[in-house]
Amino acid sequence: MAEHTEHIEHSEHIGSSGFYWLIWAVLIVATVLTAWISTVDLGVFNTVVALLIATCKALIVVLFFMHVKYTSEKMTKAVLLSAVFWLLLLLILSLSDYSTRYAG
Amino acid sequence: MSDRAGTGESPLVLEHEDRPELRHHFADVVQQRNAASLGMWWFLGTEIMFFGGMFCGYLVYRRAYFPEFAAGSRSLSLVAGTVNTAVLICSSLTVALAVRASQLGKRKLLVSLLLATMFFGVCFLGIKGYEWHDEYEHHHAPTFYFNAQDLVHNNPNLHLDPQRTKIFFSLYFALTGVHALHMIVGIGIFSVITFMAWRGKFTPEYHTPIEIAGLYWHFVDIVWIYLFPLLYLIDRRPGA
Repeated sequence: MAEHTEHIEHSEHIGSSGFYWLIWAVLIVATVLTAWISTVDLGVFNTVVALLIATCKALIVVLFFMHVKYTSEKMTKAVLLSAVFWLLLLLILSLSDYSTRYAG
Repeated sequence: MSDRAGTGESPLVLEHEDRPELRHHFADVVQQRNAASLGMWWFLGTEIMFFGGMFCGYLVYRRAYFPEFAAGSRSLSLVAGTVNTAVLICSSLTVALAVRASQLGKRKLLVSLLLATMFFGVCFLGIKGYEWHDEYEHHHAPTFYFNAQDLVHNNPNLHLDPQRTKIFFSLYFALTGVHALHMIVGIGIFSVITFMAWRGKFTPEYHTPIEIAGLYWHFVDIVWIYLFPLLYLIDRRPGA
């Protein structure tokens, strides 16, 4: 997947088009898989599997399409991780509040 | 991978000569590019919090009103949702290939890939609009004409509360509506950069607008990647 281009300088990563098509194929397969598996009875795991597949897809997009895997800028990763951390804080604390507040 | 950063080979003093795109307050193009990209990431961080608030409201109500949310979710078109997810993934591919084309300085390829991206974006909005129209026709849009009696009758043993069903459709229209608004903004941004690309404004050394517009587009794609299972796939088990 490495491509050598003489006139381009500095640290920029250039993925090969074949690799991007592979990522696309993985994402399409995951989409069909998540739609199909939602019609299979897995009990409470239906939601878990759906969110797991979505998170894998999001991770693939972030790492490869958004070049986070290749960036030399550590601040990018710090910003992304802190945003996700605050999001989880928001969701987990709110849901633990609502889950324990009412009997039902 | 042309990774030659940190070898100290860029003569900073000479960088600014014959480089009109390099702003004077940056040492070199790499620093300028990283700063622009980082700024976009900060913005995307605020976007995560923006959508996060609505996702949080969704999760709280979904927990409380699960049968209504599941029934509302089943009334959405699984085919339309899946196809739209695939359409957005295709658009993300064309964006990634467009960034690559700009890195390689292939102008014609870049313009066609940007046009393809906007085409997929318009397709997505078309399918979404068709779904909204369908839901409006069924009185599932949270307006004065909202009526969920069809869902109540179709699920007699669940004893659904129509008002709770309305909460699901309100969140559905709010989430997909705000997402569609982001798509419209994205198509607007892409029209501008397509015009710039057609005019030959971008070179392998300077294509920052393509890159940061691409980051935005991928982010909107990721929001949909979560919206799809959360709205369309709540509970589609057989017999549910």
